[in-house]
Amino acid sequence: MTGGRRRRRRVSLPIPVLVLAGVAVAFFALPLVGLLWRAPWSSAWGYLTDDDALTALRLSMICSLWATALSVLFGVPLAWLLAKVDFPGRGVVRALCTLSLVLPPVVGGVALFFALGRRGLVGQYLDRWFDITLPFTTAGVVVAQTFVAMPFLVITVEASLRQLDTRFDDASRTLGASRWYTFRRVTLPAIRPALAAGAVLAWARALGEFGATITFAGNFPGTTQTMPLAVYLALETNPEQAIVLALALILISFAVLVGLRDRWFGRAPRANAVAA
Amino acid sequence: MTLSAQVALQLGTLDLQAELAVRPGELLALLGPNGAGKSTLLRCLAGLTPLAAGLVALDDTVLDDPATGTFVEPEDRPISVVFQDYLLFEHMSVLENVAFGLRARRAPKADARRIAREWLERVGLGDYADQRPRALSGGQSQRAALARALATSPRLLLLDEPLAALDAATRSSVRRDLRRHLATFDGMRILVTHDPVDAYALADRVAILEGGRIVQTGTLAEVTAHPRSRYVADLVGVNLVAGVVAGGVLTTDSRAQVVIADAPAGPSYAIVRPHSIALVRDATAVSSARNTWRGTIVDIDRLGDRVRVSIDGELALIAEITVAALDALQLRPGDDIHATVKATDIEVYPA
Repeated sequence: MTGGRRRRRRVSLPIPVLVLAGVAVAFFALPLVGLLWRAPWSSAWGYLTDDDALTALRLSMICSLWATALSVLFGVPLAWLLAKVDFPGRGVVRALCTLSLVLPPVVGGVALFFALGRRGLVGQYLDRWFDITLPFTTAGVVVAQTFVAMPFLVITVEASLRQLDTRFDDASRTLGASRWYTFRRVTLPAIRPALAAGAVLAWARALGEFGATITFAGNFPGTTQTMPLAVYLALETNPEQAIVLALALILISFAVLVGLRDRWFGRAPRANAVAA
Repeated sequence: MTLSAQVALQLGTLDLQAELAVRPGELLALLGPNGAGKSTLLRCLAGLTPLAAGLVALDDTVLDDPATGTFVEPEDRPISVVFQDYLLFEHMSVLENVAFGLRARRAPKADARRIAREWLERVGLGDYADQRPRALSGGQSQRAALARALATSPRLLLLDEPLAALDAATRSSVRRDLRRHLATFDGMRILVTHDPVDAYALADRVAILEGGRIVQTGTLAEVTAHPRSRYVADLVGVNLVAGVVAGGVLTTDSRAQVVIADAPAGPSYAIVRPHSIALVRDATAVSSARNTWRGTIVDIDRLGDRVRVSIDGELALIAEITVAALDALQLRPGDDIHATVKATDIEVYPA
């Protein structure tokens, strides 16, 4: 994914590949076209600025940004551990920490409930000792979103850490830098593109999170009803509004992905290119 | 200030058992073929690879001693390294690179930048302070790496193949610059290289590392005058024969015999210079050459008006003959041949 834009070669592609790729593009584009086709354009603005919609949108933004921040805070050290430290059972730990990538989110939500719920394994002590209740709260939404989103950041950052030339760490150490200073000043800047990409992926996943949220945090307007939940609810009561909200959600994600692509994904991580 | 090191380490197929001492203000070149363990030895000194056994000490300070569990982390050693690819941090400016070591040692930012700027001026990179390392040429990168390494005022500077990453065209001018800049540093320096030209141009003394062992140390002149390893003999371009002298004959491990003029008995080396070897197809004629070895030609290499003929047989030899001789003898690889040498043309010295 490095030089895709720099090295533009004109090659004649085999027709079957082109056809199949075209079908794939259509497969992703058609649902969007479907939404655009059915969107009630005249009343769209009204639906969007509706109090409930705005509340859900704001909650979605706040929760997904929190989930992204937590993913970065815990995910980067986790990725570092998985990439750099050779300990027994690393494969198992990696599988465990990325399980929620493949787990149905509802299952994740149920599992979270039994761990962090008021009667849960850890949750009962949180409740009893610290008076902290997570389920059916905004904090619970953040926990559910972090649970499903963090693996995206972990695998992206871990891959980047693995590719990193460790000799730069050596150079840093011989210059008098401690391991921690080296991590902050040499390693982190070198993985910044991957970190940004991972954070965007995690954020997008958190923004779209539905299953774990509704299972663990419920669907209370104002506290736990995020945009995806509002879309689902509106589908039963007011399909037109559901379409508008869905389009808004798509627009936000799409804008961020396209906007950041050029800044982060497009540029190859050349931080450690050899100057020869 | 002296550095003394006895390094023992097994790493993959490498079995490193090397002893090294560097005197105050000295530049020692560590010369050896690829895979000899040069870089690993350097990493041991820098603290990037802990010893399995042995001792590294700088003056009275023990840096690594597995026997007592003493190990000083690389960042706490007064040792700097210039790495082979220079390893400048691409996300920092050249100035920040040079200031990095000082900042890591908690120097105030302004001081660090001032000292870094002085170093950049000294190596002639003052105009590049705010550039990214990517904008530098190979030679400039090397100077920046040197400035970065010296800015922390180390007592020992390690240079790992500092010229290997450069193309041949720029290497000699960069070598000249490096020589000049290294001369201004009065600490100890160890230069790792596989190029004897670097050792010749830069070093006070050389240590030959081959197969994980230091096989010879001394000035380059001493080392090349009396090679004690195949590697050095190849560098100098002579045939080295190791064996035991008894009664005017040196016998090798494979029982080949070399008649020599006069030498004390005991384990010895004999040097057979390629141009003292004469090649003959038929060795029945009486000759003044006391040595005649049978062999097969494995390779013929023309160098200008000279031809180097590689022969494998009783002894593996390289003979140097003229193009005219080659034509007269009609030599081809695979031909059987006799190599003859006069005993007086062979130099012998004790092992």
